Amino acid sequence: MADLKYNNSAPDFDERNAVDDLVADPPVRQEDQRWVTGGLDRAAAARHLLLPGLHRLQNVKGWISPGGLNYLAESLQVPAAEAYGVASFYDLFQLEAPASQGPLHHVCVDPICATNGSAAYIEELRSKGHKVHESPCLGQCERPPASFVQIRGSEGEDATATTDQSLQFQSTEHNRLLRRFGRQDPTDLEAYKKLGGYKAFQTAIQLGGARVIEMLTESGLTGRGGAAFPTGVKWRSVANHQEGPKYVVANADESEPGTFKDRMILENDPFALIEAMTIAGISAGCRKGWIYIRGEYTTAASRFSLAINHAYEAQLLGTEIAGTPFTFDLEIRQGAGAYICGEETSLFNSIEGFRGEPRSKPPYPTDSGLFGRPTIVNNPETFLNVLEIINHGVDEYRSAGTHESPGTKLFCLSGDISKPGLYEAGFGITLGELITEAGGVRGDLQAILLGGAAGSFVGPDHLDLALSFEDANANNLTLGSGAVMVFSTNADLSAVVRRLAQFFRDESCGQCVPCRIGTVRQHELLLQIGSNKPEDANLGLLDDIATVMTDSSICGLGQTAASAVQSAVKLGLLDKRTS
Amino acid sequence: MPPQPTEIAVTINGQSVDVAPGTSILDAAKSVGIEIPTLCWASNLTPVNACRLCVVELEGSRTLVPACSRECEQGSVIHTESERVVLNRKMVLEFLDTTNDLTQSAELQELLLRYHADSSRYTEPNQMQDDTKIEDDLFVRAYDRCVLCYKCVEACGDDAQFTFAISMAGRGFDTRVSTEFDTPLPESACVYCGNCVGVCPTNALQFKTEFDLREASDWNPERHNSTQTICSYCGVGCTLELHTQDNKIFKVTSPADHSVTSGHLCIKGRFGWQYVQPPTRRSLSSG
Repeated sequence: MADLKYNNSAPDFDERNAVDDLVADPPVRQEDQRWVTGGLDRAAAARHLLLPGLHRLQNVKGWISPGGLNYLAESLQVPAAEAYGVASFYDLFQLEAPASQGPLHHVCVDPICATNGSAAYIEELRSKGHKVHESPCLGQCERPPASFVQIRGSEGEDATATTDQSLQFQSTEHNRLLRRFGRQDPTDLEAYKKLGGYKAFQTAIQLGGARVIEMLTESGLTGRGGAAFPTGVKWRSVANHQEGPKYVVANADESEPGTFKDRMILENDPFALIEAMTIAGISAGCRKGWIYIRGEYTTAASRFSLAINHAYEAQLLGTEIAGTPFTFDLEIRQGAGAYICGEETSLFNSIEGFRGEPRSKPPYPTDSGLFGRPTIVNNPETFLNVLEIINHGVDEYRSAGTHESPGTKLFCLSGDISKPGLYEAGFGITLGELITEAGGVRGDLQAILLGGAAGSFVGPDHLDLALSFEDANANNLTLGSGAVMVFSTNADLSAVVRRLAQFFRDESCGQCVPCRIGTVRQHELLLQIGSNKPEDANLGLLDDIATVMTDSSICGLGQTAASAVQSAVKLGLLDKRTS
Repeated sequence: MPPQPTEIAVTINGQSVDVAPGTSILDAAKSVGIEIPTLCWASNLTPVNACRLCVVELEGSRTLVPACSRECEQGSVIHTESERVVLNRKMVLEFLDTTNDLTQSAELQELLLRYHADSSRYTEPNQMQDDTKIEDDLFVRAYDRCVLCYKCVEACGDDAQFTFAISMAGRGFDTRVSTEFDTPLPESACVYCGNCVGVCPTNALQFKTEFDLREASDWNPERHNSTQTICSYCGVGCTLELHTQDNKIFKVTSPADHSVTSGHLCIKGRFGWQYVQPPTRRSLSSG
């Protein structure tokens, strides 16, 4: 064996099988302990199997034992300490034997579910003897309270406490990104084709990659994950790198509280994402795509996995796709409970089998992304826009939205609203209009949290705010992921703000000092303030904590960890008495 | 591609500096005598830019940037002690001081004073707590002093030793440096080169000999001396720096800028010095 030292703890039969089944081609082979083939390069090439391996160990035994971890690490030639460091990074991996083997219920305690009965649901589960983990937002805010159940020997299920599993989205003929929602069996490729599927792919082949990317730039499409970077520029930079390998990555690690659009895309229109990623691949010269799906999104992952299989069968993935000279392969990776892995460079580290800690930028992913190679990384909503632009042309695309924010946006409406769900609207719709579309506020409006935990609270005076990038910027706000969380005067917003602060404290990766300690100090201070009017000294300290997190953190998590809290303080929401 | 310039001109605190492409802001500043404080940076390790103590203001950048790892770009205008920078450094220092026992780091104590850190404004802050791990006679680990600077992990891994016995484990405020499942070091992959001890900036990792002196309240820097010598074990010829109190060795290091060692040693050079002063010799001669 190589120089790495492993301890003597051994796997049991099931663990050994689970690992052997995954690592069919180990990086280092032993033949009678004499012949060793392999080396550092092969070990590096196999390390991306660490995360799937940990999932298997967790599933087969209900926890990750020292013997199982040791065997997986040795099979992949990953140092045991590093494998432990990776396993202990994720919420969904247990590193101690559970007291009982029953299912583990992760129940969301973030604002929308907390104000919709998650505490009572948790109590009910516990009284029945179930194991419960209080979970961050599970991305099912349209039907709270949300839960995710981990069951030994299975992939787990995302479920809700309610029995209502109906698809909650706004269905109008103006829909673009949602045009196929509810009109097809999501895993039926023929149904997708009947609704216009793979037309964009054919058009893209005819137009050629350069023209496709030009169209994206002309369309003004920007990333929908929160940072609003021009998609055409991103694809162009990757296309400009002559040397491969290059990668396309779909970031479906949607974990921003109040956001569920990407889950609904994956569940209801998986082929559209596959088609758009394939177009990215052939346009920018990438032969391999990866999709990173949040670990708790098991329905989405299984449907997407089925869709990938169908696409391969139909030769729409693989070598010489659809009779063209292009090759494009697609692989799924599932997260394991870490909000930070939605940060693109953390996501790369997570896929590569390292701790999901963000990298310093520059270099940017277009130069050095996944496996250190040029990488296009977009979120599913952004990818779906590409199909619209190719199928309907730039002018038609720009006919919706504003001049500076062309096209449509998906908004996730949740909370005290009559019809929570997924809504599509042209940029520039006002907040008030959007809320009216969703049936209006239940009760009297107190505040709206725009853009998720990393966003900002606005008061009822902002109902005429136009939802576009330029108007949001002008008001020092962000549309973020498109989350719109509505709170009536029944909500105790100081509790909501404390919970948001705890969310960041729990989800900080711990790499940089400002975020690792700042999120803790912010939460402590809010606990001390409670529902009272904050004293000036407290406000000064809160401000300083916000400054260092915003100015000096490595990544967007720390840089936005004070955003919602600061906006709540400014609106005086901490000591607002509820009616 | 346009030809790469051979010199890059930047302005640091109003002063013009020409540097070679690829030079970090930290090194550029150093070249004109401007010191920027660092904690997780070391000359013999890859920068991880985790502590954020070295942040500086780069005009045109939304956030502050880490001087240790950000390369100078043509025309960069940099401020290393602006009001914004000073506030950020003060906060980083306050965060560390309210989290860790920093009393054994003279450098950090000096920085706390220089940046007017006021840790008294935090009420009952959560601290990093950990029992001191004494598992052998060579070194102890006191993680209540650990600032998670990654230096030991890097020295154990591919910056020096390639042993990979330790890693960051856990997440967020609960992150710790750990072996797999917190296995005691003697049972882990550790080879006791002590390079982790050599790079630790807060004395979270320290020689057992130093730890014993401190425990016995017999620690006195005024009685300290250091002597350079060459390791006698093998033909490599590593320079050793023997740190002594009352002529008794309590610690062995090697200079970080040494061309042979880059500051790193093996178990023999680092810990194999008992023969110089065996306890039996003293008892024999005195008996």
